[in-house]
Amino acid sequence: MASASDVDDLLPLPTATFHILMALADGERHGYAIIRDVADRTGGRVRLSAGTLYRTIQRLLEQGLIVEVAERPAPELDDERRRYYRLLPFGREVAEAETLRLSQLVRLARARGLAPGRS
Amino acid sequence: MRLYRALLRLYPRSFRHEYGVEMAAIFAARRREAGSIPARLAVWISALVEIAGNAARVHADLLRQDAVQVARLFARAPGFVLTAVAIVGLGIGATTAAFSVTDYVLFRPLPFPDAGQLVRLWESRPGYGHMELSPANMRDWMARQSSFTAMDVYTSTAANVTGTGDPRRVSGALTGVTLFDVLGVSPARGRGFIAADGVLEAPPVVILSYAFWQTRYGGAEVIGRVIRLDDVPHEIVGVMPASFAFPSRQTEFWLPLRLSPEAFQDRNDNFLVGVARLRDDVTIDRARDDLGRVTAQLEAEHPAENRQAGANVERLRDGFSDETRNLVIALIGAAACLLVITCVNLVNLLLARVMARRTELVVRAAMGAGRERLVRQLTTETVALAAVGGLVGLGVASAAVPLFSSLVPVSLPFATPPHLDWRVLAFAAALTLATGLATGILPLLGPRQADFTILREGGRGGGGARERVRAGLVTVSLVSSVVLLVGGGLLLRAIWAVQSIDPGFRTDGVLTMRTALPVPKYADTERRIRWITDVVDGIRAIPGVRNAAYTSFLPMVMGGGIWPVVMDGDEVARQQGQVASLRFVTPGYFDTLGIPLLQGRDVSARDTLDQPAVAVVSRAFAERYWPGEPALGRRFTFAFTEREVVGVVGDIRVRGFEEPSEPQVYLSAAQQPGDSLSFYMPKDLAVRVEAGGDTVIPAVRRVIAQADADQPISDVRWMSDVVAGETASRVVQFRVIAAFAGVALLLAGVGIHGLLAYVVSQRHREIGVRMALGAQRSEILAMVMRRAAWLAVAGVGAGVIIGYGAGRSLESVLAGVPANDPATYLTAALVVALVALAGALVPALRATRVDPVRAMRAE
Repeated sequence: MASASDVDDLLPLPTATFHILMALADGERHGYAIIRDVADRTGGRVRLSAGTLYRTIQRLLEQGLIVEVAERPAPELDDERRRYYRLLPFGREVAEAETLRLSQLVRLARARGLAPGRS
Repeated sequence: MRLYRALLRLYPRSFRHEYGVEMAAIFAARRREAGSIPARLAVWISALVEIAGNAARVHADLLRQDAVQVARLFARAPGFVLTAVAIVGLGIGATTAAFSVTDYVLFRPLPFPDAGQLVRLWESRPGYGHMELSPANMRDWMARQSSFTAMDVYTSTAANVTGTGDPRRVSGALTGVTLFDVLGVSPARGRGFIAADGVLEAPPVVILSYAFWQTRYGGAEVIGRVIRLDDVPHEIVGVMPASFAFPSRQTEFWLPLRLSPEAFQDRNDNFLVGVARLRDDVTIDRARDDLGRVTAQLEAEHPAENRQAGANVERLRDGFSDETRNLVIALIGAAACLLVITCVNLVNLLLARVMARRTELVVRAAMGAGRERLVRQLTTETVALAAVGGLVGLGVASAAVPLFSSLVPVSLPFATPPHLDWRVLAFAAALTLATGLATGILPLLGPRQADFTILREGGRGGGGARERVRAGLVTVSLVSSVVLLVGGGLLLRAIWAVQSIDPGFRTDGVLTMRTALPVPKYADTERRIRWITDVVDGIRAIPGVRNAAYTSFLPMVMGGGIWPVVMDGDEVARQQGQVASLRFVTPGYFDTLGIPLLQGRDVSARDTLDQPAVAVVSRAFAERYWPGEPALGRRFTFAFTEREVVGVVGDIRVRGFEEPSEPQVYLSAAQQPGDSLSFYMPKDLAVRVEAGGDTVIPAVRRVIAQADADQPISDVRWMSDVVAGETASRVVQFRVIAAFAGVALLLAGVGIHGLLAYVVSQRHREIGVRMALGAQRSEILAMVMRRAAWLAVAGVGAGVIIGYGAGRSLESVLAGVPANDPATYLTAALVVALVALAGALVPALRATRVDPVRAMRAE
C-alpha cells in the first residue's frame, strides 16, 4: 500500500498519462490498443502519438504505476508479438486520486456558476 | 518505413531499443489506415513533429534522472567532488587565462572594418626591419604604389597639457588627414580631419580619445572648446569612439600631420609609419613586390640616401615582435600541458571511483541498464563536475588575467587590455564541456566489455588492464611535468643570463623622470639651457643628491634615435654598426649614470652655440672609425654639423640587454640650435642620490615646479626599475610557467600515490602470501618502489625529449642560453623523479605493513 504522499507527489496527472491509465483500467492492452481506446473514448479528439505514448509508458513503469506483462500476439494489429501493459494497484490508486481531484475541482467550479449551459 | 526508423534515431538508444519496434508498428498501422495520399502526408507530418518534440523530452527525462543521480553522488562523496572540482578548476582557469591573452595577441580581429586588409609599412635597411619613412620617400611610395586603395602615415608624439588641474604629459599621434579613412573609423563626436587641417598655416586643431574626453571633461560637450597642448591653444574638433586606440592603447589625442616643404628635403629624416589598405585583389606578397619595385626605383634615383632601402609590408594584426608571439605560444602550451594533467588526474580519480562503485554499476547493469545508459550517466556526472570546476576556473582565470596582461604589447590597437569577455567565456564553456565529455568517456573506453563481465563476477583479475591505463595516465602527467619544468628552467636560466649582462651604466641609486619642454615656449636654446641649468643646480643643492644631469633619452627608455655618420664628406652606409645613436647631454651626465670617461673630457657648460661643436663618443664608435689611433681631436659630421671628438666614454646598452646597440655619440645640449632636432631636446632627468634617497623626490618636484609651474613631470622611476622592466615580461612568464610546473608536479605526485595505493590494495593478498613465504619487508618495499621508478623513468625519458622540442621553440627568447642546457634537464629530471618516488613512498610503506595472516584470511 502506497502512502498518501506518494500518490499526491504525482498529482495532477498530465492529460496523456490520465488517459493511458484509464485505457488500462479495464484490462491489459498493448500500445496501439491504448491509442485506439483513447481515440474512441474521446470521439477522436485525443490522438496520442507513439512517442508520447511510450515516453509516458516508460515513466509509468519507472514510477510503478503499471507493469509490462509477457509479450503475446496482437490479433487486432498485425498478429506480431506485442508488449502488453497492466495497471498496478498503485496506478489505480493514483488514477482514482486524480479522478477525485478533478471532480472536486468541477464541483467548486459549478458552485461558482461556471457550469456550461447555465447563466 | 526506413525513413521512420531513421528518424527514431533521434531518441536515446536505450529508449529506441525498448520501444522502437512497437513505435514503427504503430506508425505502419496509422499509415495503412490513412489510405488517401493527402491523409498519408498528414500522418507523415504529424509523425515528424511529434518525433522532434518527444525525442527531446525523452532526452530531458534521462537527463533529469541522471541529474538526480549526480546530486546523490555529490552529497555522498563530498571529498571526491571537492578534489575533482579543484583539479578541474585549476586546469580550466589556467587555460582560460592563457587563452584570453593568446586570443588578444594572435587571433582577435582588430576593431576596424575589413581589418584583414590593413597593413603597416616600414622602410627596411640591412640590419633594420622596422625603420620609419622620410616624408619624401613616403610621398613617392604613395604616388607610385598600385597595391593599396588608400595609404597614409602617422608618427607618435606627446604633449604637455596645461590649464585646469595639474600639468600632465599625454601621448598622442600626428596623423595624415586621411588616416582615419584608411582605418575606416569616424569620430564619435564632431568631425575627423579634413584636407585643410593638414596645411602648414591652418589653425591648430585636435581630436581627443574617448577616454581622454571622459577623464578630463567628464563627457561634457567639447567640440569647439580650446585645449592647451605644449602651451599652444588647439581647437577640439572631434572625439574618437571608445573602441578606437590607434596606434596604441596609450594614444590620447591626434593632431593633423603638417609637413613643411623643407621636411621633404632630407630623405634620411625618418619618422613616419605608413598604414595602408590592400586592394581586394592584391595579396600581401604582391604588395611587397610592388613596393619593392618602388624602392628599387627610389634607390636608383637617390643612391646616396636610399642605399639598400627596401620596403617592409606587415599586416596590422601582426604588429608585435616574434618574442611576444613566442612568449604567448609558450604560455598557451604550458596551460595546455596543465590541462592535460588535470584531465588525466580527473580520469584517474574517476577510474578509482568506477572500481569503488562496481557494485552499483553491476546492479544497474543487471537491471538491464545498457552500456549506453552507464556511459550516459557517468558522462552526466563528469560534465556536472566539470561545470562546477569550470565556474571555479572562471574565478581562477579572472584573477590570473591581469597578471598575464603584462605579457601583452600595448602596441596592439585595442582600447582595452585582455579581459574575460564573451569570446573567452565561450572558450571556457567549450573547454569545460570537452573536459567533462572526455573524462566521462575515457574511463569506459578500452577493455570495456571484458570489464563488465569482471564487474558482474566481482573478480580480481580486472585490475591488470585498468592498472595499465592508469599507469599510462600517470606517465602522461609525469611527462607534462618534465616539459613544464624544462621550459621554466630554461626561462630562469635566460633571466639570469640577461640579468648578469653589464648595461655599462649604474642602475642603483639613480632616480629618473621626464620633463618634456614644450615648443615654442622653449624653442630658444639659451632660454632652454637657462631653465635646465636652474633645475639641475637646484637639484644638486638638495641634501642627499650627488649629481644630476639631463639627456635626450635615457638608455632603455628609448632605444632608437640613430643617425648616419659622415666621415671626410662621405656618408657611411646606413647599416647596422655603422650608424650611431644621438643624445644631447648636459655636463655631469656620465658621472651621474656612472659611465666611465676613458679619454678626454665631459661636455662642459662652455660648449655653447658660439663655440666649436664638440662630441663625446663611445669606445665602440672610436674603435669603429679610428681603430688603433687616438680618437681625441678627430672630426666627423653628425646631425648636419661637423663635430670634434673631445672625449671617449664606455659603451652602454641603449637598446636593452638583448638587442645590439649602436655606438653612441653625445653632443652638448647647449649646442642644439633652436628648435631643430627638437625630438632630441633634453627631457630625461637623471639624479644620482645617496642610499635611501626616496626622500629627495618631493624636493626635486619642488625645484622643477619653482622653475616652471606649468611643467609636467612624468615617468618618475628608478633606473633599476627601468632596467628590471627589460626582463619583466620574462619574469612574469617564468612565474606563470613555474606555477604551472608546481601544480603539475603536485598532481603527478598525487597521481602516482593514487595509482600505487590502488596497486597495493589490489595485491594485498599477493603481498601477504609473499611475506608468509619469507619475503623481507625491504623486498616488498623495493617491489613497489620499482614500479614507481619505472614510471618515473618512462615519464622523464619522454618528458626530456618533448621538453627539448619545447625548449627549441623557445630558443628565440632564451637570450643565448642553449635549448639543450644540460643542467636544466638534469634538474627537471631529478625533481620529477624525486616527486614520483616521494608519491610512492606512502603506499610502499603501507605494503610493508601488510599482516600476512590477516591478508590471507580476508579472502
